[in-house]
Amino acid sequence: MSQLDEIRMQVMWNRLISVVEEQAMTLLRTAFSTSVREAGDLSAGVYNAKGEMLAQAVTGTPGHVNTMAEAVLHFIEEIPRDEMYPGDTYVTNDPWKGTGHLHDITMVSPSFKGEELIGFFACTAHVVDVGGRGFGADGKSVYEEGIQIPIMKFAERGEVNKDLLRILRLNVREPNQVIGDFFSLAACNDVGHRRLVEMLDEIGLPNLDTLGAFILSRTHTAIMERIAGLPKGAWNNELLTDGYDQPINLAAEVTIGEKSVDVDFTGTDAMSRWGINVPLIYTKAYACYALKCVVAPDIPNNAASLAVFNVSSPVNILNAERPAPVSVRHVIGHMVPDLVLGALAKALPGKILAEGAAALWNIHISARPAAGAKGRRAEVLMFNSGGMGARPGLDGLSATAFPSGVHTMPIEATEHTGPIVVWRKELRPDSAGAGEYRGGLGQVIEIAPADGHEFDFSAMFDRIGTPAAGRDGGESGKPGKAMLDDGTLLRPKGWQHVPSGRKLVLHLPGGGGFGDPKKRSEAAKAEDVRKGYVTETK
Amino acid sequence: MTIGNDIRLGADIGGTFTDIALDVRGALYSTKVLTNYSAPEQAILDGIDVVIRDAGIEISQIDLIIHGTTLATNALIERRGARTALVTTEGFRDVIEMRTENRFEQYDLDLVLPKPLIPREDRFPVKGRISAQGTELQPLDEQTLEEIAKRIASEDFGAVAIGFIHSYMNPEHERRARDILARTLDLPISISSEVSPQMREFERFNTVCANAYVRPQMADYLNRLQVRLKEMGSNCPVFMIHSGGGLVSVETAAEFPVRLVESGPAGGAIFAADVARRFDLDRVVSYDMGGTTAKICLIEDFQPQTARSFEVARTYRFCKGSGMPISIPVIEMIEIGAGGGSIAWVDAMGRIQAGPESAASEPGPACYQRGGERPAITDADLVLGKLDPDNFAGGKLRLSTEKASAAIARYVGDRLKLEPLSAAFGIVEVVDENMANAARVHAVENGKNISENTMIAFGGAAPLHAARLCEKLGVDRCLIPQGAGVGSAIGFLKAPFGYEAVGSQIMSLSVFNTSRLNTLLDDLKQTAEGFVRAGTAGEISREIVAFMRYRGQGWEIPVSLPDRHFEASDRAMIEENFKARYAQFFGRAVEGPEIEFVTFSVKAQDVRPGGERHALIATDDAIEPTVKRAVFDPATGAALETAIVERSTIKVGQRVIGPAVIVERETSTIVTSPFDAIVQTDGTILLIRKGL
Repeated sequence: MSQLDEIRMQVMWNRLISVVEEQAMTLLRTAFSTSVREAGDLSAGVYNAKGEMLAQAVTGTPGHVNTMAEAVLHFIEEIPRDEMYPGDTYVTNDPWKGTGHLHDITMVSPSFKGEELIGFFACTAHVVDVGGRGFGADGKSVYEEGIQIPIMKFAERGEVNKDLLRILRLNVREPNQVIGDFFSLAACNDVGHRRLVEMLDEIGLPNLDTLGAFILSRTHTAIMERIAGLPKGAWNNELLTDGYDQPINLAAEVTIGEKSVDVDFTGTDAMSRWGINVPLIYTKAYACYALKCVVAPDIPNNAASLAVFNVSSPVNILNAERPAPVSVRHVIGHMVPDLVLGALAKALPGKILAEGAAALWNIHISARPAAGAKGRRAEVLMFNSGGMGARPGLDGLSATAFPSGVHTMPIEATEHTGPIVVWRKELRPDSAGAGEYRGGLGQVIEIAPADGHEFDFSAMFDRIGTPAAGRDGGESGKPGKAMLDDGTLLRPKGWQHVPSGRKLVLHLPGGGGFGDPKKRSEAAKAEDVRKGYVTETK
Repeated sequence: MTIGNDIRLGADIGGTFTDIALDVRGALYSTKVLTNYSAPEQAILDGIDVVIRDAGIEISQIDLIIHGTTLATNALIERRGARTALVTTEGFRDVIEMRTENRFEQYDLDLVLPKPLIPREDRFPVKGRISAQGTELQPLDEQTLEEIAKRIASEDFGAVAIGFIHSYMNPEHERRARDILARTLDLPISISSEVSPQMREFERFNTVCANAYVRPQMADYLNRLQVRLKEMGSNCPVFMIHSGGGLVSVETAAEFPVRLVESGPAGGAIFAADVARRFDLDRVVSYDMGGTTAKICLIEDFQPQTARSFEVARTYRFCKGSGMPISIPVIEMIEIGAGGGSIAWVDAMGRIQAGPESAASEPGPACYQRGGERPAITDADLVLGKLDPDNFAGGKLRLSTEKASAAIARYVGDRLKLEPLSAAFGIVEVVDENMANAARVHAVENGKNISENTMIAFGGAAPLHAARLCEKLGVDRCLIPQGAGVGSAIGFLKAPFGYEAVGSQIMSLSVFNTSRLNTLLDDLKQTAEGFVRAGTAGEISREIVAFMRYRGQGWEIPVSLPDRHFEASDRAMIEENFKARYAQFFGRAVEGPEIEFVTFSVKAQDVRPGGERHALIATDDAIEPTVKRAVFDPATGAALETAIVERSTIKVGQRVIGPAVIVERETSTIVTSPFDAIVQTDGTILLIRKGL
């Protein structure tokens, strides 16, 4: 390659990343779903004609980012090349071929330059509703969890499949918003496609082959250098989570070889009867995320960087088979990084952060007027985070999502969505695990139905039974707690009721500490007391 | 009669320099003096001395002084404000600390979030709750407030902020709390429903905290400035430029100093807007590239694009989310870490990267020969032949091509097996590409197509990169005005007396409660005009905008409304306008979902006669260059024989055929091979694509 070609390729790689950022931005601006627009629960990427991911928007959350990388291959497998036309858009919400549960809609659009298929654009977003029991862990099989859309055409040559829209309209609770999101997803792929063609025309390339090969070979070389620098061997870890009605043990073995890092989940408990099971594609997404944070945080996500991570598991809760219920697969899925990082901590002692709250504390609220009262009905979704584990050299981040990449929503916006009042949302003192570096604090949330209303809510909580463990002598964080304001304890998962006049009270778990608490500096201890992070005297 | 149209003085306090521009009935005098951090007003007074001497006038002859400053921004970045108490709704003590509960960089496990402006021990919760609809759910606990007042009085606080949940719907509790605290406290008190009456508690609380935090310092400074000016013999009014690009009185500025944040860059955008008006260009993108950053702003119909919130003091590589949100009307600009001093480096994939780290002015790029080791953009520009080493900054600084070349080889070329010339090309291409990408994405976010704009380029480094940027963006025309070095201060002279008042009111279009709507708009009109009346008795123009969305969406789009009272029958017209705007942004309108209002804005400004206008001149009168040297041309990828032309020797209307370099005292303008350059009647250089 000539010197100028090298530079042109570098510049076009940058441009390709900008193209997918535009794609993601379009989705963010047009989406109806709260979780997309307020919380950034989405992903967008570009692929070559073989379905290898070349670039991905930085915007997005790991659960979508890494699952979508594989999803496109399923589309290529199921839709024959001679049935692909310019203007097509394909869709699915198949948990095993998309991103792990029915609420995520994945759309893939072929990108044609003239007659030639040069690549694909894909995007994913979590929609408000997919029918069935709603977003929650109570389903006994995926059939109860909502409408299943097999890999199919959403649009052919620009013509939208009206039958699909009619079926959707009758099967979901918020048809306008859901259908609006389908159009947003398709539109964002269109934006990507148009920009790609403009870019290829500008540089005079017929397709993505040269640029794609450049991107993948450069990435491959870079990530191989990183793996060469890691200690070789195999390390194990186990972790206990709350489960639905009984604790569930997760187990992992991480093997660092010459050319790859392999994770196997043998020893993990069997599938649950409830909707907390995780399809392997989602397990893999979070396992890769944890590995990448440690091994190659600065190397972009693409087919070459993901190819060095191999994830395997016998059938169990982290490799659930159809027709297992999987609606809230994220709760156990979010535990996977702590599980994998625990094994890595043995390979890289002193370098890995402590466990944290891990799973988001999502609440889906279904509010309605109390019997005999007037008022309004509404569905409200909130994302909330506990404390992150302490890092070697730094305290954990308080009330901050990790490993998930989503945001919380402003409570002023939430209260406009439905008849609820959030009476408290603030840091939870004394919830952080002590250590030379302390864990992040959890938070306390109190929510009441508005006057004359009541609500049911779907609990998707964890770390109530077993707290986030500290590392290297650091103490555990405080476990979480879900209850009513009269002291009635609530379950960590499943739909439950909050009557008119009562409040739902949530104590989100804190992160574990790092290092011996006795080594914590006097200044840091004094600051913890002054700020009221720590009030209990020991 | 509008005051101060005769002799106006603009003063812009920036991080390094304080720029002064004096306009005496159309004749312009300007100077730069070093910013004086301990007494910022001193630099202004020194600068005034210089320009009035040049102009041969007395200070008492100045009719109007217009001032913009980064002091408020710097106080926020450097955390040098007053110790401030935040009084807030019980249960929400940590809103400004918990932020969005998000990590703005997903893969960095050692991420550090910015510290809240007000530490937890200085945040005081009090009972009292307003609902989303604006009704009282729980009365304000006045007794606790009295205790809080005593507590604040007993410690060394310098300011108080009050931020209550849903106060933008109903400000009663905030006002009452202020009254109660004021009985005990002799401190400035800022309330969120006045500083920033917009929904979203994190942004609003942070904004009122920022306002309170910089208020004592800014009030002091403005007071000192006025006293000193009087002592010098000035008796004219002083107006402050605000972040929205208009002027406010010093009194307003002292009460709402957060509105001064980012006022310097706003001056640059007004400068560009004025150039756009003179040449009658209705779609413009301004491009300002200095030593550490590049700023890009869209200007439509001579008005810079505005937004209702922005982020200052980013702590992590200019990364979105790593700063603090300020929700006030602002001229919307994107800023990226790409300036002449930005350092080039090579990442793990062997990719050339540029910035955001900057060599700044000390030690500066390697070619300055002041100890800078690593290659900066300026080094690459020099190696490519775009700068004349003997004629940089008017010959004040001799540049070393050798040092630049060595730095590029050592940190970039050798690692990638590239010749220094190729490596330099790579560095400049990457930085130009980054700017082009940022501009393109910014345009998309605003539903615009960047290639339909004319570019207006200013700032020291912009003329070196503008032509290539235009190539990448498909832009056909670019103007490089004179006086670009003190663009912001000149922009101040053109700023209107203007104020934008904003208020949130969530209402479905199907409800369309006209009396509520009319009352809110009347209030906003009164507020906005009140501020403008402080500066003018003349005609005032108003612009009414509703920020609307489909119910369920989180992003609102601006929809212009007629300036009058609304009746029920107006609903269809508004719906139609919304759908048309929506289609303009996102391709097509959506059928089905409800449409709702979220926020309203009223912008008022004085009407003033425009300056002289010029049509763009594009002739074929090509000049014969006498000097030529080899300069690297990016489009052809080769070093081409390039004409070197002195700006002062080109006559109005003459065409310089690209590739060419137009040199002048402050900087050089690069005309790449796809472009020619034509000098306009006012001395502005027009870069125009060949064949146009």
